[in-house]
Amino acid sequence: MVGGELGFFIDAQRCIGCRSCVAACGECGTHRGHPMIHLDELDRSASTQTGPTVCMHCEDPICAMSCPADAIKRTEDGVVHASQKPRCVACQNCELSCPFGVPIVLPGLEQMLKCDLCYDRSSIGLKPMCATVCPSQALLFAPRHEVAAMRNAQPLREFQVGSLTIRTRTAVMVPDPGTPLNLDAALLIEGGF
Amino acid sequence: MAHLPESPASLRAQFGPHLNLAPPGGWDASTQAERTVATHCCFCGQQCGIKLKVAGNQVIGFEPWEEFPFNQGKLCPKGVKRYLQGAHPDRLLHAMKRTPTGFQPMDWNEAMERTVSEIQRIQDRYGKDAFALLSGVSLSNEKSYLAGKFARLGLGTRNLDYNGRLCMVSAGAGNKKAFGVDRAANSWADIEGADVIWVTGANVAECAPITTDYIWRARDRGAKLIVVDPRITPLARTADLALPLKPGTDSALTNGILHLLDKWDLVDRAFVRDHCNGFEETLAAARDCTPEWTSRITGLPVAAIEQAARLWGEAKTSFLMHARGIEHQSKGVENVNSCINMVLATGRIGRPSCGYATITGQGNGQGGREHGHKCDQLPGNRDIENPEHRAHVCSVWGCTDEELPRKGLSAQEIMNEIHAGGIKGLLCLCFNPAVSLPDTTFTREALEKLEFFVGFDFFLSETAQHADLVFPSALHEEDEGTATSAEGRVIRLRKAVDSPGEARPDWRIMVELAHRLGKGRFFDHFTSPEAIFTELRRASSGGTADYGGITYGKIERQMGVFWPCPTEDHPGTPRLFEGGRFFHPDGRARFIPTPWRPPMEEVDAEYPVWLTTGRVVFHYLSGTQTRRIGFLVAQCPHPYVEIHPRLAQVHGLKDGDAVEVTTRRGTLVLPAKVVATIRPDTVFIPYHWPGPLGANRLTARNLDPVSKIPEFKVSACRLTPTTPDRFPPELLELQRQAAAARLLPEKVLGW
Repeated sequence: MVGGELGFFIDAQRCIGCRSCVAACGECGTHRGHPMIHLDELDRSASTQTGPTVCMHCEDPICAMSCPADAIKRTEDGVVHASQKPRCVACQNCELSCPFGVPIVLPGLEQMLKCDLCYDRSSIGLKPMCATVCPSQALLFAPRHEVAAMRNAQPLREFQVGSLTIRTRTAVMVPDPGTPLNLDAALLIEGGF
Repeated sequence: MAHLPESPASLRAQFGPHLNLAPPGGWDASTQAERTVATHCCFCGQQCGIKLKVAGNQVIGFEPWEEFPFNQGKLCPKGVKRYLQGAHPDRLLHAMKRTPTGFQPMDWNEAMERTVSEIQRIQDRYGKDAFALLSGVSLSNEKSYLAGKFARLGLGTRNLDYNGRLCMVSAGAGNKKAFGVDRAANSWADIEGADVIWVTGANVAECAPITTDYIWRARDRGAKLIVVDPRITPLARTADLALPLKPGTDSALTNGILHLLDKWDLVDRAFVRDHCNGFEETLAAARDCTPEWTSRITGLPVAAIEQAARLWGEAKTSFLMHARGIEHQSKGVENVNSCINMVLATGRIGRPSCGYATITGQGNGQGGREHGHKCDQLPGNRDIENPEHRAHVCSVWGCTDEELPRKGLSAQEIMNEIHAGGIKGLLCLCFNPAVSLPDTTFTREALEKLEFFVGFDFFLSETAQHADLVFPSALHEEDEGTATSAEGRVIRLRKAVDSPGEARPDWRIMVELAHRLGKGRFFDHFTSPEAIFTELRRASSGGTADYGGITYGKIERQMGVFWPCPTEDHPGTPRLFEGGRFFHPDGRARFIPTPWRPPMEEVDAEYPVWLTTGRVVFHYLSGTQTRRIGFLVAQCPHPYVEIHPRLAQVHGLKDGDAVEVTTRRGTLVLPAKVVATIRPDTVFIPYHWPGPLGANRLTARNLDPVSKIPEFKVSACRLTPTTPDRFPPELLELQRQAAAARLLPEKVLGW
């Protein structure tokens, strides 16, 4: 069972933009070809930096609070699920209210789908698909107490959005401020060209 | 003779690439796997473990194989979606023949008879060597070994070569010169403990994605990362030192580093004295390579060069990795040796966390280059011109020395000879030279001159479209066998499903052809892949690539066996060169002097911009497989031109604008992708596409004199802004297909 000791960690510093997470998400048994997560290029003109977006699984999920149809449920193990098909009215409240940009209402499906931590896998002790396949382990599913020692980045699970303090099950890894960043090749070359 | 029988558009309509979007039966969650088969990915030299889910003789999906030690379940998107190549509408199910109105199915027996009579006609008329075989290293070890034996004893031709000629041959030649053996010196397990990791000419994140995690884990321990590449690749983004050097100047940089290592006394003199030859001559060749000189040649700042030398020189442990970026050059072998010189000078090899490797590119790029698949090679990485080596292989094969042909032409030289009219017939399998050889206009002209061209293919590749006759072959998941990963780990490929229609594994087709050619005595005992492997073990025994002690059972028990493994009680050799013992007869390594010389084509007033080419993470080699998989095409449907904002501004180009790229070979019109992550004097185009989208229409047939690898990575080009109406229709069609694949309709999803 997924319990308190196993955590989900997002470390965008490591991300190589391969979208293996997105590809594999659709392959999870209950996702039936539809990736529930996404990955964005932040600004390809400036950098190869990419960012995977999986659900943060908030302790008090704003998506669920804003849902007029009570279609979004959080189970006791802290997993916030995709909307329930019979209830979802595709109003997009969740999409607009989520501070992390997670839920997406698909036009063709008229239903909000989002990361459910591959519940069919994680609820029986397997890792979610994305974190299993991620070649760079930018998406990591591992015992919480090991992560700080494993990585040269620190997990963050509390976020301030306006006056709201949001606590999440998923952690974002905050890099060491000294990490180098190479952006413009021209600036790395003396004298231009 | 072999002009396309119908228009490219008509061929595409019949044979694809069409996009497979969903598994057999759609995404209905009620389809349950009957079993899973633990095997390996068919793409790239890392050979990640993967479990294929099977139902009703079709692969319906995958499950991560977390127990396999190399990748522990990790996969890139090609691996995740690879299973969609199986039940694919483009699969060839019957032998096909060209007719005046296009390709038509053909009776198998008739196809065999025609092939045999054409081989015999050409060889009777023009000589044995007028019929050539081109093969590839996506084939298993068994098929690679058989291709070598089939060419020599089935066809009796010396002209056999393989697509590894476009991949690993510079590394292989450089390693043999320096170490006397061609294999990564270490398993990847030695990366994690390295204090400095030097990655040069290797877009690890996209071309060897799983290797990324090994490097990140080393950095978690505090390792420093140096990345040398004209582009700031995803790995270079956070490197301690990103060195975007000018294309084709790699050995200038490494010579410059060697010069500083000596000047600052960062050389392990005892190791060099006790275990190496040639240091003084090599140092002399780098005598003038001061930081200022190196800076002038490479376009890198002096301070960065000095910092790199300091980081490399002062480390206690290290791992140096390179790939096609330095190897795809007319001095590819010199670049490789100049890297090895840097490693040997520090003595950091053959010990834990001290390593060196080329990152082999193709699926079986390692094993497929060891057992006689090359024009100059016999099994066990033996030399076809060495009398002792010939005698050993003759004794295993049961042939006379006269029956065993001598050294033949390399892949590009075979194509040149076809063009010149000396080679009249060709068998091509597992190789798509119409996309992957340089100067594709020339390649097309050559293919059109063949009197008889027979292919084995599971899809009708752009090359096979020129064939007179095509036999339908099997996919990776439709046969048993072994492959050898970039680490030198021999692994087991497992059959998940039977081939559809009349398709069958390449080895069966070769064995049947050999039998019909009257050479059954050399081939009739090959009734299974394991029977071929049993002979491969004997043939390789005593060679450097010694598989003598490797069995299928042992591979499965150990989850891979690292060669050399001479006897059945030998566990295999994950790390080479322990105790400073190298494979040359005197046990010593060789420094090889690499005096600087420029690439064969340089920028000038007419062609003022450097052009370099490479891969993206969503496609594999010539794209024959990955351009048929919906998800992968949706992410990257077509090529583009990466161009720095400064260079774009000079030409008045904005992101997405049409730009004409012209070299001395030809012209492409592609969209500009304006990114600051490339040198402002260089543009980059990924090469996975054919025809008017093919980067290799622009590249030159300039070869390394030793390895005969083409200089894909360095050309001179000219940029001209143009209008979108000049985009090839193929590009617009791919954009349309990709857009449709991104908007999966509900019925495809099964929701």
